[in-house]
Amino acid sequence: MISRPTLRRIVAGREAGTALGLLVLCIALWIATPFFATAANLTNVAEQSAIVGVIAIGMTFVILTGGIDLSVGSLVALAGIVMGAVLQRGHSVPVALTAGVMAGVVAGIANGVMVTRGSLPPFIATLGMMSVARGAALMLSDGRPISGFPDALRVLATSRVVGVPMPVVLMLALYLVAYVVLTRTVLGRYMYAIGGNEEATALAGVDVRFYKTVVYAISGLSAGLCAILLVARLNSAQPIAGIGYELDAIAAVVIGGTSLLGGSGSVIGTLIGALIMSVLRNGLNLLGVSSYLQQVAIGVVIIVAVLIDMALRRRVQRSSK
Amino acid sequence: MRGIAKAFPGVQALAGVDLDVRVGEVHVLLGENGAGKSTLMKILSGAQRRDAGTIEMYGIAVALATPREARDAGIAIIHQELALVPEMTVAENIHLGRAPTRYGFLDHGPMVRGAAALLKQLGSTTHPNELVGTLSIAQQQLVEIARALSLDARILIMDEPTSALTERETAKLFETIRSLTARGVAVIYISHRLDEIFDIGDRITVLRDGRHVVTQPIVATDRRELVRLMANRDVDELVPASTRVAGRPALRIEGLSHGAALHGVSFSVRSGEIVGFAGLLGAGRTEIARAVFGLELDVSGRIFVNEREVTISSPRDAIAAGIGFVTEDRKREGLVLGRSVRDNVALPILSRLARLGVVRSRHEHATAEDAVRDLNIRTPSVRQLAQHLSGGNQQKIVLAKWLATGVRILFLDEPTRGIDVGSKQEIYLLINQLAADGVAIVLMSSDLPEVLGLSDRVLVMREGRIAGEFTRADATPEAVMACAVGM
Repeated sequence: MISRPTLRRIVAGREAGTALGLLVLCIALWIATPFFATAANLTNVAEQSAIVGVIAIGMTFVILTGGIDLSVGSLVALAGIVMGAVLQRGHSVPVALTAGVMAGVVAGIANGVMVTRGSLPPFIATLGMMSVARGAALMLSDGRPISGFPDALRVLATSRVVGVPMPVVLMLALYLVAYVVLTRTVLGRYMYAIGGNEEATALAGVDVRFYKTVVYAISGLSAGLCAILLVARLNSAQPIAGIGYELDAIAAVVIGGTSLLGGSGSVIGTLIGALIMSVLRNGLNLLGVSSYLQQVAIGVVIIVAVLIDMALRRRVQRSSK
Repeated sequence: MRGIAKAFPGVQALAGVDLDVRVGEVHVLLGENGAGKSTLMKILSGAQRRDAGTIEMYGIAVALATPREARDAGIAIIHQELALVPEMTVAENIHLGRAPTRYGFLDHGPMVRGAAALLKQLGSTTHPNELVGTLSIAQQQLVEIARALSLDARILIMDEPTSALTERETAKLFETIRSLTARGVAVIYISHRLDEIFDIGDRITVLRDGRHVVTQPIVATDRRELVRLMANRDVDELVPASTRVAGRPALRIEGLSHGAALHGVSFSVRSGEIVGFAGLLGAGRTEIARAVFGLELDVSGRIFVNEREVTISSPRDAIAAGIGFVTEDRKREGLVLGRSVRDNVALPILSRLARLGVVRSRHEHATAEDAVRDLNIRTPSVRQLAQHLSGGNQQKIVLAKWLATGVRILFLDEPTRGIDVGSKQEIYLLINQLAADGVAIVLMSSDLPEVLGLSDRVLVMREGRIAGEFTRADATPEAVMACAVGM
């Protein structure tokens, strides 16, 4: 399926550099601590990356079009609480999950409408939604966690497919879908085009408003899917879940080489970015680094990753006319 | 400059070019797009590093490794693409980076007075306190020139400074250039307009494919020879003649009005006909195209396509009605520069190339390959990013986009702006070919010979109204110009 030129582009692309960073990090930890390169630990790392990894998919789409979505952390909480509330009313698991995911999608559409019809800057629109969704989650749940989910849901967190935890399998499946959407579909092409030059894209007859709204809806969708994983893992829905996830997701996207200006980047990079964050946290834990210092380290990695990326970009630009 | 060389991946942009510029002369730099003029000037102004070669100023070797070093050495460049901050005032832009201060605060008085003096010298009526973003491109160009002048440059590089100026503004600019050279400033002048080169130039250097072809006094050459030297072939510089028969009315506009820009404009274009719009800058030519294409709000008037009335409120409606629009600013509105030739060509027809939302890459590839071949777009591959191509080839991509959609009515706004002679010729041939194939073409251009040479009919705009109509035979430059200025 992958042709040779495609393969060459992947190797030469920016993802290769990010992947190299991940590799170096892993080797360093492998040497530094005997606990890192064990099957159990690596599985754990992958599992931990799944939560943020899933939201980062939607975030990649939004950032590709030149936007940003700060509301995803709150949407994870809202979607989870909706799932809990629907279950409590005696509905089945599929109905509850669908309702929760739909809540994410609807909030995403609202973001999109505010950005495209209300001409609000994405930062402001989604900042507002971040507060609205968090408040709605707290109101729906009266501020208390909802627990007592059926076993059918737990399976999503605990079962394994040939030794790989289910959340990781689901995350990888979603990345595959996202990869195909971005590289093969009309929607994906339009996202790159809108991020690269919105005006020219509109002039080419593309309904830019519609597609941007779709992108925010997808971001809400990925927050909803993330909520499923989180609720399954914790066996409860919490109104204060997902705080700060939006920043982790943005960090994964940016470390993965997607430009905050829009128009360039990939989900493969984002996946690697999410893994880097997860490996780094895990490694620092294993090395006994205090959680305070961990925060500092992660911040430094984000900044350094973007610095390297900018330097590469400048070189590419200089070498073109 | 001696033996300047510069290579980009896949291209040897400059292969050992020499250039000597004398004090007080206007040295014209001529060459097709991609010949290496821009790269050479970027090296001289410190924006790009040379791979090899030396630069001396007044006999002393200089490095010029950064734009700042070049500026301090007295080299100023006026870019073809404007580099102004739209949110700042004219005065602030002119003094950007070295504004006069008092006790650490901006000192507005001297700044505004300085800017006003410079603008007056250029014959610009722009007030120093106006925001640059609200100015027309011509006015902005004058601001850019004023900024370069304010640097007291000893070497002034002008890259297509007149591409958006009217004849009067151009004349003023030339006066300024002459007074500068009289003060000993050396001017390096890049232009594709052969007329003005003979007007303003002292000596001329021709580049071709990154090599130095010739340097000689301008009086020792003529237009035909220059065109031959640039292209290394005999190009018929005039717009090619064509014979075609216009068909039925394809587009009819009735009473098109839009704010203060358009007042009851009515005209029609038949299929296979080229209707040219002439007029001064700001007379409303671009606005007609934008209004018809659904880019402006509060537009009144009726639009008929093939004698059926249509409602157009967005570019999508326009495209659905079979109307295409090649905009004046191809970098901002025409192309997604960071994407490939293929992606750009396919953009307006992606949904047609897809099945169930999935783009059929073979179809897409074939469409792009066809366009590259049919339009003779010079690119190593359809995967090349649009930003790496020359202006002429970029413009061909924009045309290819519209041809792919199968439009029957095409608005062309300044289709050859900033494009070299060879590519211009190709684009003229394309336009003629399109008309011969039955496409109705509305051509807007400030380049009078271009409008007159291509159009079957010429409409002249003045202050938002159609001030006159000329048949091909009646449309002499003098008559059209007189009508445009209201004589």
